[in-house]
Amino acid sequence: MMKYFFALSIFLFATSVSAQDLAPDALMKKVSNEVIDIIKQDKDIQSGNQKKINDLVEAKVLPHFNFSRMTALAMGRNWPKASAEQQKALTGEFRTLLVRSYSGALSSYKNEVIEFKPLRAAATDADVTVKTQVKKPGTEPVSIDYGMEKTPAGWKVYDVVVGGVSLVTNYRETFNAQIRDGGVDGLIKSLAGKNRSLDTQASPKPK
Amino acid sequence: MIMLRRFVGLSLLAALVGLGGCATTGGSPGDPLEGYNRAMFGFNEGVDKAIIKPLASGYKTVMPEFARTGVANFFANLGDLWIGINNILQGKIGAGASDFGRFAVNTTAGILGLFDVASSAGLEKHNEDFGQTLGRWGVGSGAYFVLPILGPSSVRDGLSSLAVDWHGDPLWYVGNVPTRNELMGVRLLDTRANLLDVSRLAEEAALDHYAYIRDAFLQRRRSLIYDGDAPPERDSDKTSESGESNTAAARAEAELPPDAAWSEAAGARAAVYEPMMPANYEALLAVSGAAPAVPAQTKPRQ
Repeated sequence: MMKYFFALSIFLFATSVSAQDLAPDALMKKVSNEVIDIIKQDKDIQSGNQKKINDLVEAKVLPHFNFSRMTALAMGRNWPKASAEQQKALTGEFRTLLVRSYSGALSSYKNEVIEFKPLRAAATDADVTVKTQVKKPGTEPVSIDYGMEKTPAGWKVYDVVVGGVSLVTNYRETFNAQIRDGGVDGLIKSLAGKNRSLDTQASPKPK
Repeated sequence: MIMLRRFVGLSLLAALVGLGGCATTGGSPGDPLEGYNRAMFGFNEGVDKAIIKPLASGYKTVMPEFARTGVANFFANLGDLWIGINNILQGKIGAGASDFGRFAVNTTAGILGLFDVASSAGLEKHNEDFGQTLGRWGVGSGAYFVLPILGPSSVRDGLSSLAVDWHGDPLWYVGNVPTRNELMGVRLLDTRANLLDVSRLAEEAALDHYAYIRDAFLQRRRSLIYDGDAPPERDSDKTSESGESNTAAARAEAELPPDAAWSEAAGARAAVYEPMMPANYEALLAVSGAAPAVPAQTKPRQ
């Protein structure tokens, strides 16, 4: 019996489509289902264990994000003005900031239902918006839309829009202002400083 | 309360006649009142940190979750009436009828609104107010404007909530003043308690807290006016070097063709909408200073 089960799982594993081939909405559905299943079973994550949340996000979520595109989007017209080296530094710091700030929200998941709206795109489109609604009785549904682009490595998320607010372009004004004041290096410094302060904030209360 | 109302009225007037114009100019082009706004934002943060947030945290700690849900549902149910009226003012008759249906179902089957049975029955909760109605009518938002205590707003939304929205707030019709104030206090705490997680997140994520909240508010309002189906913004960053920036969500919203504002998700609308201005719009603006009072209420704008 056990052997049979084992063989079956190998078979399933071997034939399961890789993320490269999945349509963007199917990919997001798969990722959110996987993540929600893990959260539901993991008491540590529910109680806010940051390390476990980070591991989950790194393993399951972040591979489907394109952070350099995200950083470029947040930077707007200033992106081409940054050198390749600066772009790399910016992407690294921005990634850290986004992941640090938003991954914690996973622990507040409480049986909300995620509904995927039908994808409005042609099969040849390389840039689509996957629209979802997070529903919970008693409150108005919250929309979460994912801007996604086709890459050789599969579909990647480059924008997340929650209730009409883009978590990426919401930074643009701030980035513009910082660059106006202290140049691209000033922005890198200030992002790095923010990330450091979040680290020190987090360490005294290991929750 | 009366003092607060006067204060808000005065600061709005100041903004209107351009006193705010002498504020710092180096900042965001979409935020001409930035100097005043930052100061008021700081003041609000102080009040929140010293009074409102601790009370809200305490409230969240002592009240079991089901009780808080009941309280939130109760106030949300009262709000559905005004939401329905605004949907109808915007020509969305179906949505308005659904809001009144929600109120009827939740007030009866949901025991005075403590339970949101209408949502389970497929009647979704909406988010409307008179500022959004004005936006639909084609009234631009005006400058971003931070209200005392009430927080992020715009000249349009601030005036409309002070001059109009309170008329649609059932709590104002509670005759017994202490009871009314108590109810408003609980509603404020409940709203703030529900935002505790969001506000912590915004603090962590923001490089510049003020700008982060401002830009999120502007994006959010624009999305609400289009009921979540806002047309993509013209990405001015790609075309122009110096001038217009993206925070002008507010401005973009006013520029859009009226029919774009009406492309409803279902596309069910046949008639072309003709923007109309209420005949007494000027009067509405003028009354704001004379409005009876300010609802002690922060809308859940997450």
